[in-house]
Amino acid sequence: MNKLWLIVQREYLTRVKKRAFILTTLLIPLGLVLFYAAMFLIMSYEDEEKIKIAVVDEGGIMNKVLKDENDLYFSFPNESLANLKEKVEKEEYNGVLVVPKPNRIEVKDFTINYFSENQLSMTNKVRLEQKIGDKIRDYKIAELNLDKEQLDKLRSKVTIDPEPIKEGDKDSTSMTGLILGGVGGLLGTIIFFIVFINGTQVMMGVMEEKTNRIVEVMVSSVKPFELMLGKVLGIGGVTLTQMAIWAILFPLIFMGAQLFLGFDFGESQVAAANANAGVDQEQVESFAFQLMQEVGNINWFLILSAFAIYLLLGFFMYGSLYAAVGSAVGDDMAEAQKLSLPIALPISLSFYLIFPVMNAPNGTLAVWASIFPISSPFIMPARLAFDPPLWQVGLSLVVLIATTIFFVWFAGRIYRVGIFLYGKKATFSEMAKWIFYKG
Amino acid sequence: MSILRLENVIKTYDKHTAVNNVSFDVPKGSIFGLLGPNGAGKTSLIRIITTITGADSGTVLLDGEKLNSNHPSQIGYMPEERGLYKKMKVGEQLLYLAQLKGLSKEKAKEQINHWFEKFNIENWWDKKIEELSKGMQQKIQFIATVVHQPKLLILDEPFSGLDPVNTNLIKSEIDEMHQNGTSIIFSTHRMEQVEEICEHIVLINQGQKVLEGRVTDVKNQFKDNLYKIKYTGELPDDLQIMDVADDSYKIIEQGKKSITVQVTEESASNKLLNHLINKGVHIQSFNEILPTLNEIFIRKVGPSEQ
Repeated sequence: MNKLWLIVQREYLTRVKKRAFILTTLLIPLGLVLFYAAMFLIMSYEDEEKIKIAVVDEGGIMNKVLKDENDLYFSFPNESLANLKEKVEKEEYNGVLVVPKPNRIEVKDFTINYFSENQLSMTNKVRLEQKIGDKIRDYKIAELNLDKEQLDKLRSKVTIDPEPIKEGDKDSTSMTGLILGGVGGLLGTIIFFIVFINGTQVMMGVMEEKTNRIVEVMVSSVKPFELMLGKVLGIGGVTLTQMAIWAILFPLIFMGAQLFLGFDFGESQVAAANANAGVDQEQVESFAFQLMQEVGNINWFLILSAFAIYLLLGFFMYGSLYAAVGSAVGDDMAEAQKLSLPIALPISLSFYLIFPVMNAPNGTLAVWASIFPISSPFIMPARLAFDPPLWQVGLSLVVLIATTIFFVWFAGRIYRVGIFLYGKKATFSEMAKWIFYKG
Repeated sequence: MSILRLENVIKTYDKHTAVNNVSFDVPKGSIFGLLGPNGAGKTSLIRIITTITGADSGTVLLDGEKLNSNHPSQIGYMPEERGLYKKMKVGEQLLYLAQLKGLSKEKAKEQINHWFEKFNIENWWDKKIEELSKGMQQKIQFIATVVHQPKLLILDEPFSGLDPVNTNLIKSEIDEMHQNGTSIIFSTHRMEQVEEICEHIVLINQGQKVLEGRVTDVKNQFKDNLYKIKYTGELPDDLQIMDVADDSYKIIEQGKKSITVQVTEESASNKLLNHLINKGVHIQSFNEILPTLNEIFIRKVGPSEQ
């Protein structure tokens, strides 16, 4: 036990103290924030160029509707199209917009011509289309002698609100499914990344030890199994440390970026989107309140503790398998990739299962994928927010623990033979034989 | 009294028998040569002794006790394939390996400093292994092997890759540890080193023990009763006739002022010497020719690979 602890310590400390670890741990969040900041700046970048548009309003319905805004300036000169085109060439205007008179009410598709040397930007084009479309609608309402207020009343918004069968059971709202799906998907994805990154790290660590040829010195002091376990635990600790630092660092850097760089992600974009979509602020606030309430309703304690258990089991199971592959390879990275495929494939498939499972969190696929031990470390945490029946969680845990113990033993059997093998390429059938070698 | 006793040890891998019913004793405090050509099963035996692998059957006793999990801390093993963590600092590395052998941190530091002083490398603690030359790394490897003061030291080809200066350094360290009572198993296929260093040997070939014993006994066992006589003056004419007449010796080689004879009975050497002296031949030297271990090795297992 004492030796195992020494190994874990070494594996952990030598990695955590490395400059590369410190740099990646600090720079990745910073890099991501800078990336988002750059994206944000690019997205919100508005061209300073002022665009002057002469409108030929054949129906006389556009005046006052097209107001100057956002660097778009409209004028309604009473001149012929030919004249205006000339003025565009002389650069008095950037373009001429010809809005024909809507002849017949039945016509649904309008084409409006814009004469210019340069095209309108995408945003300006969409904005203009929207405004003119709205005005044509108003014009049609007036022509048909309809009451605008009555028309607005015809629009209804329908929401399906899920209610429990028994009184006193938890009452969910229409948003519950969406939020739980989001939380579940996020948890599953986090486990996927941790298991995957960690597994590769363990494999590389074992390969390094074997290439260095120190492994024979090591196993004259400790059991190969202890060495493997120490590696899985130590590197697991490194991965978890990095995740924990990121969990703290990301929000801090985001907040810092908001404070110092003077822009805020999210809010301004949401506000802009809302303004465009015509959603009023009150609605947004009640939505946010509901969201908070939903998030608060989730049994976080249960979910996070189960999440931690599945995470640990998942990376033990896959970490030791990766260690076994590393022991069989040596320093040949291509060979390592080939041999680790049977591990990487089920992990990736399980990850893709998260999406259909979130769509039907209590469906047959979801139930079996969360019990089957290869995929359960990713799928069950994703389902947890949906309150799966307790027997399923229990069964899934029992199966996973048994499988993890089996795989750690199995990997240990391969490892203890593999680490001594040099020069020869290991095949799967050969590795299978190693399992049955006597101690 | 033996530090190590192997009784009928068998180890098989898949269909290959690496160690086939091997028994031998390593006397306490001796320097013991574990010899054999490449692939004979030396490394498999060493891995069993160092508890890296277990034997399929048979017993191994260390200091009279069956091998158990306490024993690795009493054994120091330097494998033929040396290796250290390249990115680790020398001091940290030795501290780690010493602690894995069961030393407390304080005791380990004390021992490491002792060796650093001995090798005049006091300022190496913070150097990384990868910054050291190969010979320097070998020194560190040696310290790592002996830092926990093992009862039994197992060195697998300890001088391979060492320059003459470092070879002598390690040799004198081995000698000093031997003087202090450490038992040393020295595995190699380089016979001239064995002859120089070892008191006892066991020869393994194809997983089986071929011969065992004190180096002097083994040599006597394989001697051909050859004597080389150097002389001045003339050899008597009847030497050849005498040879034929009583068949007690045979002239193998006649050189310039020297002959090599093979005697067939113990007393023949005296008879021959008497005869020569009586005939007025002046004898300069009279030596028994013992076979070298290399010759014995080749005789037992075929041409060695050096």
